[in-house]
Amino acid sequence: MTIVTTLLVRDLSRNYGSFTAVHNINLELKRGEVLGLLGPNGAGKTTTMRMLTGNLAPSTGSIQVCGIDLLTKPLEAKTHLGFLPEIPPLYQDMTVDEFLLFTAKLHHIKKRDIQTKLNEVIKRCGLSERRRNLISTLSKGFQQRVGIAQAIIHNPDVIILDEPTVGLDPNQIREIRKLIRELGNSNSVILSTHILSEVVNICDRVQIIHKGGVVFDETLAALKQQGASLEMIFTQLTQ
Amino acid sequence: MIVTIIRKELKMLFASPLAWLLFALIQLMLTWILLGRLDAFLEIQSQLLQIANPPGVTELIILPVFAMAGLVLLMVTPLLSMRLLAEERRNHTLPLLISAPISITDIVIGKFFGLMAFFLMIVAMIIVLCMSLLLGGKLDFGLIISNVIGLLLLTACFTALGLYISSLTVQPAVAAIVTLGGLLGLWLIDLAADGGNQWLQDISLLRHFERFNQGLIDTLSIIYFILFTATFLILTIRRLDGERLQG
Repeated sequence: MTIVTTLLVRDLSRNYGSFTAVHNINLELKRGEVLGLLGPNGAGKTTTMRMLTGNLAPSTGSIQVCGIDLLTKPLEAKTHLGFLPEIPPLYQDMTVDEFLLFTAKLHHIKKRDIQTKLNEVIKRCGLSERRRNLISTLSKGFQQRVGIAQAIIHNPDVIILDEPTVGLDPNQIREIRKLIRELGNSNSVILSTHILSEVVNICDRVQIIHKGGVVFDETLAALKQQGASLEMIFTQLTQ
Repeated sequence: MIVTIIRKELKMLFASPLAWLLFALIQLMLTWILLGRLDAFLEIQSQLLQIANPPGVTELIILPVFAMAGLVLLMVTPLLSMRLLAEERRNHTLPLLISAPISITDIVIGKFFGLMAFFLMIVAMIIVLCMSLLLGGKLDFGLIISNVIGLLLLTACFTALGLYISSLTVQPAVAAIVTLGGLLGLWLIDLAADGGNQWLQDISLLRHFERFNQGLIDTLSIIYFILFTATFLILTIRRLDGERLQG
């Protein structure tokens, strides 16, 4: 808990052939911080997040998670990461309990701690009533919660959520935002979205990505002080 | 870690009716063949006694069962191996495994042994089936052991090839058809080898399995099976790793 900077990304780039999807992105994330990645569709948010979680190898640049290099020591670094991709990675044939048990084991949670962790995360994500339901029978909102549960079950230092509130109803959105805010107090969270109000509501800092590069980086407190509107800035920078 | 993947694969396999159905069908078919051969054996038994060194129960009943089991497993493997990676990809669950602190090698090996565990059960059932003949006579255990080793090595080859092809596509059905085609090709290449093409004989899966079937544990065949399996496992690992690099 002595490490303050949980994620440090330097000059991250990714090319697909001659197309540059992400160009020289720098990120720094501190414990207790929620960072919002904002950007129009196709700006490179998902590509960035896939690189941060080891799903995609960057063309150049370095990623350090809690001081551990993700590219040279991937297994060690990944123990500090939790990831919810855009489409929640769920095994439809498993029950919620079975699925979370499997992810707990995947993340090397000790056998005697598994049950406690499982109960904790199920309570936290409001899944107590659905523990024995098959994932395929759950509604989109509950599936999203299971997706978040698998990302936080091992209490990772860095939680990466790709559009966590997409496709949810307003009540579910509110609940999930509350959960993310809670997570942001003890760990650090990166979430991508293209909903501006979401960033204003739950993030401490915002970065706007456009055409593969960071075009704006500011804390929300500073924005508030300046009285600037995020919407205006977003429109100006990305049009 | 590998054990976690193996257990997950087995759980997913038995969660679907397909595995149970195949399990039952294989057992039914092999029992049918065993009974058929037993019938034939009983009919010619008296004539066999007149021969100086007559073939026993094991040669006449159990060998055909194992030979058939090889062919049946060739048909069945694509149906089970198709979903190993293609389905993970179609359901977008691969990022879950890749983001977890587990190496791609462990994922691939885990999936391989997950399906092999299923085939181990099938082979165990075949052994039990053969043991039922102990009620009425003696068996040649050496020959049975040679067949069991051969059959397990053969299914390892099938599984490894199926796993690799499953890693190439998003559609499980495509993976199944291509795997079946590939396996049949390797099986039937033996027919072309009859002309005397030595190298064709050497790569035919059937030829190598036949040696085990006849009770000949040939080091060369063991090496061939192991190399075949290892090659496709390594290709699968490279394929998944390459996706991360190029994807």
